[in-house]
Amino acid sequence: MSATSSIASPPPAGGRAFVRRHTLLVRITHWINVVCILFLLMSGLQIFNATPALYLGQKADFAHPVASLAAENSPVGPVGVTTIGGVRLNTTGVLGLSTYGGQVAARGFPAWITLPSYQDLATGRRWHFFFAWLFVINGAVYLIVGVANRHLWRDLVPSRADLRGVGRSVVHHIQLRFDHVREYNVLQKLAYLVIVVVVLPLIVLAGMTMSPGLDSAFPWLVHAFGGRQTARTIHFIVASTIVLFVIVHLVMVLISGVWNNLRSMITGRYAIEPEAEPHAD
Amino acid sequence: MLTERKRVPIRPSRRGLLTGIAATAGAIVLAGCDRLDTLAQQGSWFRDNVLHLGEDFNRTVQRFFLKPDTLAREFGEADISKDFKANGTTDPDDPAYRALAANDFADWRLEVGGLVERPMTFSLADLRAMPSRTQVTRHDCVEGWSCIGKWTGVPLALVLEKVGVKPEGRYVLFTCADTLEQTLDDTGRYYETLGFEDAYHPQTILAYAMNGEKLTIPHGAPLRVRVERQLGYKMAKYVMKIDVIADYSGISRGSGGFWEDRGYDWYAGI
Repeated sequence: MSATSSIASPPPAGGRAFVRRHTLLVRITHWINVVCILFLLMSGLQIFNATPALYLGQKADFAHPVASLAAENSPVGPVGVTTIGGVRLNTTGVLGLSTYGGQVAARGFPAWITLPSYQDLATGRRWHFFFAWLFVINGAVYLIVGVANRHLWRDLVPSRADLRGVGRSVVHHIQLRFDHVREYNVLQKLAYLVIVVVVLPLIVLAGMTMSPGLDSAFPWLVHAFGGRQTARTIHFIVASTIVLFVIVHLVMVLISGVWNNLRSMITGRYAIEPEAEPHAD
Repeated sequence: MLTERKRVPIRPSRRGLLTGIAATAGAIVLAGCDRLDTLAQQGSWFRDNVLHLGEDFNRTVQRFFLKPDTLAREFGEADISKDFKANGTTDPDDPAYRALAANDFADWRLEVGGLVERPMTFSLADLRAMPSRTQVTRHDCVEGWSCIGKWTGVPLALVLEKVGVKPEGRYVLFTCADTLEQTLDDTGRYYETLGFEDAYHPQTILAYAMNGEKLTIPHGAPLRVRVERQLGYKMAKYVMKIDVIADYSGISRGSGGFWEDRGYDWYAGI
């Protein structure tokens, strides 16, 4: 419903017209999601710090993590070491070893990105579960309404014509050429669709799989992920994917008309340029 | 402000404005993080009444899906961890415990009392003589790691049946031998409580053996609890005494367990 509303006001001088791009529901769920993801990320890193290593399978093979953030002694004093696969990186000051309140301490992620800032797993969990439920309820409302009013099909599922234009759209993005039309371009459609129907549900399921209670109630969960430790690793990787998505999303919002984009996600009104071809990009 | 450009060159003035906004937002976030630390600290109204809703939901939803006989997955012997991590207290230095350990727990007795018809004491031999259950299960720590071990012990339900629980009983309290935090008022002693839905669960056992061997001190000798559908902190080690109680608010700091008193949720299903 967001992209199909009719023109809301006649073209003002300068040849621009406004359309209602985002429905109220999309706007509200979007901003609730922003808050949830910020709190979930920061409290999640706090929880991660309780065991700053990732493993595969049902049980942790402590000697062989797939990735770890650790503090080690070295000839020059303690250093922070990040290990991914077989690769070791010195990340002193940020990962593995960082300063908090004037004290150098061994901790996975630094205080400035965790919630609470100091090491406190219990409080991190309290924040995390509160926002996890808000996130799940918010996402469920979005998906249920999005299916019911066909928002997902109309605005996010790309058409055949869209898919044929993927190459051209990629070129336009590289050229930083963004036409302002009602519809999302095909890369936007694909990115948003994968985020809302794959990535966000996947992180919820991986989170649930870390629960001994839910694993007892739904044994298929842990089978699907291949073990609680694998689920924890996937939860972390998917969270990282979301961070990457948010970074790209923010950059695109900034360079493709930041005020127009922000206004459309707050008030719904989006300025289009009538001369732009409707499906150009 | 509403002027839009097709090719998105960001003009210097606008760039300056954006930088200003970003810097302001950054400052607000940094100040906000300190506020959030205070807002959610232990004992705050916000923490107990707002943030706690998440964990209340966890318990309500899991209780809905977990039937009394829903079992945690059991594994094969091949899955057993080679290096099962021992967490929390791994070698209690409490003198009474040291004395019992010196004698290989021959003088240890489990006291079972509280709201029961027939308070009793059990030696290790008494417990070993009762019907036992052996299970290979995954131990999930609240810290995020998991290990798999084989546990043998007497189902708690059988012990409760022996002593006869009075109708007003609601919880089972485990009092432990170890002091995990030095305090002046003994609130650093480990303890835990379980509701009856977990106390009577078929996989809830008082384990005296691990991986086919006598339970070792790092893992809670002579007796520890296994509660397979919850996290490790519910599974008290070094159990000395079991009481059936109606309410845990008057025990230690009142939240139903050592870690619960330190901000962890009483229901540890996730």
